[in-house]
Amino acid sequence: MEESWLAIYEALPYLLKGSAVTIGLVAGALALGLILGIPMAINQVYGNKYIKIIISFYVWFFRGIPVLVLLFLFYFGLFVLLGLDLSAFKAGILVLGLRSAAYQSQIFRGSIQSLGEGQMLASLSLGMSKIQAIWNIILPQAIRISLPGWSNEYSIILKDSAVTYAIGLMEIMTRGKFIATRTFKPMPIYLICALIFLILTYGGVKLLSELEKKVRIPGFGNKGEGN
Amino acid sequence: MQEDQPIVLKIENIHKRYGETEVLKGVSFTVKRGETKVIIGPSGSGKSTLLRCINQLTIPDQGRVWLEDEEVTHIKKDINLFRQKIGMVFQDFNLFDHLTALRNVEIGLIKVKGMNKKQARERAYNELLRVGLKDQANLYPAQLSGGQKQRVSIARALAMDPSVILFDEPTSALDPELIGEVLEVIKNLALSGMTMVVVTHEMGFARSVANEIIFIENGMILDQGSPYDLFINPKHERTKKFLYKITELYGKSKDE
Repeated sequence: MEESWLAIYEALPYLLKGSAVTIGLVAGALALGLILGIPMAINQVYGNKYIKIIISFYVWFFRGIPVLVLLFLFYFGLFVLLGLDLSAFKAGILVLGLRSAAYQSQIFRGSIQSLGEGQMLASLSLGMSKIQAIWNIILPQAIRISLPGWSNEYSIILKDSAVTYAIGLMEIMTRGKFIATRTFKPMPIYLICALIFLILTYGGVKLLSELEKKVRIPGFGNKGEGN
Repeated sequence: MQEDQPIVLKIENIHKRYGETEVLKGVSFTVKRGETKVIIGPSGSGKSTLLRCINQLTIPDQGRVWLEDEEVTHIKKDINLFRQKIGMVFQDFNLFDHLTALRNVEIGLIKVKGMNKKQARERAYNELLRVGLKDQANLYPAQLSGGQKQRVSIARALAMDPSVILFDEPTSALDPELIGEVLEVIKNLALSGMTMVVVTHEMGFARSVANEIIFIENGMILDQGSPYDLFINPKHERTKKFLYKITELYGKSKDE
């Protein structure tokens, strides 16, 4: 028992360093997914039919392949083929981010479509261009509606990030495995890994639900209570 | 009074077809400055489509629209400039749900007209005052009643200084006891000389404010004339029947 505590005590700083890598990876992937996902969603609703086909193909591709396969396909395949010498960290952000873009685009698309065409019609009838309407009217509402789904996406990516162990990124899991084999104490070490993931999930989801409360539109969700 | 006023809006031979159904089969009319034109007709007769063809929210298959001598349907003209001058009030309000009443009214001034924020706010506030909602300026649409929402949307249209406002059944989505406050606002606009095209089923309103009533059925103008002409002296048996029916329906009990 005492040995287990000792192993944890010694491993903790090392694992926490891995947490920083995990957080960076997840933040990068989510940001990339957001930057790509929003324009994809907009074009899937308002774009022409060719761009819609291209986006549907993209979504089909990235949603249909296991993340581990994608990771290997890109890291050992495509990136090598293209002569890109990417670090495991950058490769991880790229693959998880491209994949998240597919999922995020569907979260935002659903939100945009849930708004109803009246918002766009009213914007246009004021003389706004389509782009002005999307920027000023559609997105501010769609993003609010998307927050719960986006928070879910965060918790999924966070946990999926552990697969970067397979390309040797020094994140939580890789470090955990490393120490577990060295100390012959897999149980306490992996428990600590699990605990770190639990805390990160809780913290992130909590933060996002605070944001959700903060940007909530007054009177919404309690219909009939208005004056 | 409107006799010698200039023409604000001219609609010529508008056709629109959705697949097999021809919704509009060549509709033409003109609206002079200060005139209130009321369009009536059974559901599905193409009234809403006609209004949307005016500001090109729906692109007509054929026909032309002029606003103050400029052709709206001209391919080289920027449609957004025309839409600024053609106000529109929708049946289901379409207020921007994430913005307060005041922000709903000022956003067009800021984003479309490029007015500075202080001026826009002042103007928006005055428009809310005009529709009797100064106390609701900082409430969100979800906190307003249907009648209040529709009045905000009228203020939003008014703030843009439109040459004409199109009303698409502005009271059809309202509870019966809220219809009055909205009609009152529209009536006052008519009296103040605003140029308007109003699609409605409110015959009392049509009778009291319309300079001309247009009866549309099956995508065509069947009858048009002053309220007196249509109510007392309709040309067609069909107009008489429709007016009788709708007056009975909306006149007697308002809760359908």
